[in-house]
Amino acid sequence: MMLDMTEPEGDGAPAAPSDARSRGRRAATESTGAPRPRRRISVVGIAGEVLITAGVLVLMFLGWQLWLQDIIVGNQLHQQATQQTKEWDRKATAPTSGSNVVPVSQAPGNAQTFAYLLVPRWNEPGQADYYRPIAQGVGTSDVLNKYKLGHYPTTQMPGEVGNFAIASHRSAYGGNLHLIHQLHVGDHIFVETQDGWYQYSFRNLEYVQPTGVGVLDAVPQAPGVQPTDRLITLTSCNPFYSTAERIVAYGMFDKFYPRDPSQPGGGAPAQIVKTVQGGHS
Amino acid sequence: MYAALWRVLPGPWWVRVVILLVLLALILTALVLWVFPWVQTFVAPQDVTVQKA
Repeated sequence: MMLDMTEPEGDGAPAAPSDARSRGRRAATESTGAPRPRRRISVVGIAGEVLITAGVLVLMFLGWQLWLQDIIVGNQLHQQATQQTKEWDRKATAPTSGSNVVPVSQAPGNAQTFAYLLVPRWNEPGQADYYRPIAQGVGTSDVLNKYKLGHYPTTQMPGEVGNFAIASHRSAYGGNLHLIHQLHVGDHIFVETQDGWYQYSFRNLEYVQPTGVGVLDAVPQAPGVQPTDRLITLTSCNPFYSTAERIVAYGMFDKFYPRDPSQPGGGAPAQIVKTVQGGHS
Repeated sequence: MYAALWRVLPGPWWVRVVILLVLLALILTALVLWVFPWVQTFVAPQDVTVQKA
């Protein structure tokens, strides 16, 4: 508008743009002076607009569900986790037990968050590092749909001899196990609790039916066998956006890093110390 | 539908644009906060655990 006013009309400037502007203005004055005859409202026109709107809504929903939501949720969960770890650091005292002792905590109440999962392989550039809460139980509405990984309550706790088995969504609801298929043999999987960090190494993947509860055995697929190893088992659905199968990732326990406020980084393993402190690795 | 909305809005064109942008922001917020999470419970896989048949 301003530009229009300051420009004298017909100053011989290159025609096309100013012509277009003055045409626009003429149209505007016409429409205020003598009202244009109203177009009749057509049913087809309205139906078309409704359909286009519906299409845009569906596209927006898909963009939100498959992409935007998981990024937003990932950032929020990362922030919550770093706050929780700071609080645990404040409460921590120098570990009294020898470093060879692997502490095992009591199972918490249902839906209570008691640990965090860190998998450096799943850090993605431009997003908050992978740092997600684990709660007790695998209830859909109180744990899994609340963006948390769920601990099968019939399985062992982190660091305990046997099987620490957790479940989560593959996509949507944070997609906590979205990249489960991208683990490489030997990739570290860390479970952080108030006591410290349990380091597991990824061993293998397995695909089972939704009823394949054998993966939860203390020695997976060997019911009744007395366990001697400490395992972690991650279960999610497979393929993407389907519940036809379950994808299962196993890890073997390597080492425990006690939380120790006297150490730099509170005793966190070097590989994840930046993530734990809220930065990017 | 949208032409009627444009006619109903008061003020010069830029006031209408501002009103529309504010409306759009409100609608997007409501979609992301309430509508999409609700729709998701119908379309996303809900069953991700292994359990006995």
